[in-house]
Amino acid sequence: MTVGLFIPCYIDQFYPGAAIATLQLLEKLGVKVVYPPKQTCCGQPMANSGYEHLTTGCNELFIDNFSEFDYIVSPSGSCILHIKDHLHSEGRENEAAQVRRKVYELTEFLTDVLKVDHLDAVFPYKVGLHQSCHGQRGLKISQMTELVAEPFSKPVQLLNMVKGIELIPLSRQDECCGFGGTFCVAEEAVSVKMGVDRVSDHLEHGAEYITGADMSCLMHMEGILRRQGSKVKVLHIAEILNSSVQ
Amino acid sequence: MSTMPTKDHAELAGQFNADENRVDWHDETLWWIRQKRDKAVNQLPEWELLRETASKIKEHVLSNLGNYLEAFEANALANGVTVHWAADAKEHNEIVHQIIKNHGVNRMVKSKSMLTEECHLNEYLAENGIEVIDSDLGERIVQLAKEPPSHIVLPCIHKKKEEIGDLFHEHLGTPAGVSDPQILTETARQHLREVFLTRKIALTGVNFAVAETGEFVVCTNEGNADMGAHLSEVHIASMGIEKIIPKREHLGVFLRLLTRSATGQPITTYSSHYKRPRSGQQMHIVIVDNGRSVQLGRKDFRNSLKCIRCGACMNTCPVYRRSGGHSYHNAISGPIGSILAPNLDMEKYADLPFASTLCGSCSNVCPVKIDIHDQLYKWRQVIVKAGYTTKAKTASMKMMQWTLSSPGIYHVAGKAGRMVMKYAPFAVNNALNPWYKQRDMPKPPAESFDEWYKKNRGKK
Repeated sequence: MTVGLFIPCYIDQFYPGAAIATLQLLEKLGVKVVYPPKQTCCGQPMANSGYEHLTTGCNELFIDNFSEFDYIVSPSGSCILHIKDHLHSEGRENEAAQVRRKVYELTEFLTDVLKVDHLDAVFPYKVGLHQSCHGQRGLKISQMTELVAEPFSKPVQLLNMVKGIELIPLSRQDECCGFGGTFCVAEEAVSVKMGVDRVSDHLEHGAEYITGADMSCLMHMEGILRRQGSKVKVLHIAEILNSSVQ
Repeated sequence: MSTMPTKDHAELAGQFNADENRVDWHDETLWWIRQKRDKAVNQLPEWELLRETASKIKEHVLSNLGNYLEAFEANALANGVTVHWAADAKEHNEIVHQIIKNHGVNRMVKSKSMLTEECHLNEYLAENGIEVIDSDLGERIVQLAKEPPSHIVLPCIHKKKEEIGDLFHEHLGTPAGVSDPQILTETARQHLREVFLTRKIALTGVNFAVAETGEFVVCTNEGNADMGAHLSEVHIASMGIEKIIPKREHLGVFLRLLTRSATGQPITTYSSHYKRPRSGQQMHIVIVDNGRSVQLGRKDFRNSLKCIRCGACMNTCPVYRRSGGHSYHNAISGPIGSILAPNLDMEKYADLPFASTLCGSCSNVCPVKIDIHDQLYKWRQVIVKAGYTTKAKTASMKMMQWTLSSPGIYHVAGKAGRMVMKYAPFAVNNALNPWYKQRDMPKPPAESFDEWYKKNRGKK
């Protein structure tokens, strides 16, 4: 099995730690991982702004880079959802359909494909899990509180394998953090208020770290935490699952 | 006709957020209703099946709308009801006005009807010398305040009880400073009692119109529709063409969904069936299109016509809770309003589909399973293609397209200063950057993952 590693543009540029942890974690679990060097972005920033028609270049590039792999894995639920829902190609729709079928967000790849039931990770801290909307409601990596259905959570299933970790409860389990791509600047006031409220929920319940499967939400909450001068840190879930005894 | 400002959602939401305590109060009030809804729906193990069934019934209705409307009309006529057809808001208002004129009166009592809000009926009738009093308590409160409703089920949810006390003091003569809900409600009750007894014409909305019987069902918690209609000489019922359900038995699905979704109650206090006028009474039904058949023809958006106006999408929407209903500058606010409004006026409401993070909670609570957040995404595409966007936004998107379509340019740009910092609007650390106003920027790392990978795993 060969996995193509897709590192979204903003993770590449701002959060290489999350990408390195993803790579190391997959390798630790015995997966052969290849990082195609010519990758850029899934095209979501344009598409969510109403410019899906400008994403042809991104789509073609994505197919060029990734169609050869058995699986495509990425530490971002949001970007994976975009590929799954919106990747198309006029000339290569068959290949596009295959790509859409074999993309996985990291945690669902670990639980559903690798069927990981044990990790050597240690992380002795109080951690709040942010359920990012696109991973949760889009990819359904966790059950959603709106539905009358059995609860489950792939990220929680994995975090529970980490030694020493204490997952804190939240008052609102799956409320949006307000990032929303260009929403965060176009609707600055509401976006910030949503972020402030989300962060407060974690702080009130004693989180030392906030984690999640989407770095963009964490980037948003980090921006607020740092402005507040808080010592609480954000960490991509891959970094916790990849952490080892110090 | 509209009295709403031309400011966009972001600007109006910004004003709402100037008072953070009020935002917190608004958010918590509506979240409490969302929690009541959760509690109620979790008592029904068949909840998801009910939603699916309702969605399918509505789908069937939308695919056979013409036939069902004709059947409904024929049955209503046989019941002795007068049926009117209105192509748009103007026609609707004219028809209602004509009925009032024919009866030789100049005042009317009206229970809750979002359709008449959409048609701006009250303003139209006022311009023509007809006084309308809204009998739903929340509607009456916003009417006294000369404001539109901010929520389709809870019209004055944006008002605190002290503000309502002030309004009642000014208009209904309660002592200054009284805000006890019991006292205020009793005052409204006495005030409306006099209205019900003296108005000869009553207008109600329609929640469900049953094709097989020609009857319609009006749901209220206050019984105000019944008080108005039963005491009137003329009962006018205004309904959108999408209110049809095929059979009476389908109410067993919809009535179970409606109020559990709306407020967490098992059913509305009053679910009243109106079939034929009592002896000596006139009953009129005005069936209104006003853009609905256009929406029905939009493949991606026709499902929005399944809406039963429960308001659950508003209560759950993290943006609505923190921006208030008036920020949507449309009769129907929140997520559902944002997918309905652009159909009516794409330019005026071009901002609304962008007033969302696309979190998807609205689609999950929707009792008729409208894919609201997907439609928001699709409206964005339609609006941009139709040209209702800014040149600056298009320019920045094209720059992004150019950069992201080429790995070479992307990596050079990234190295030269982190491409995202350069082209993303939240890029620069200054007061003009909306990101930086209340949030810190991520610290740019020493190297990108791409650079790290080449150094550590590279096999160039």
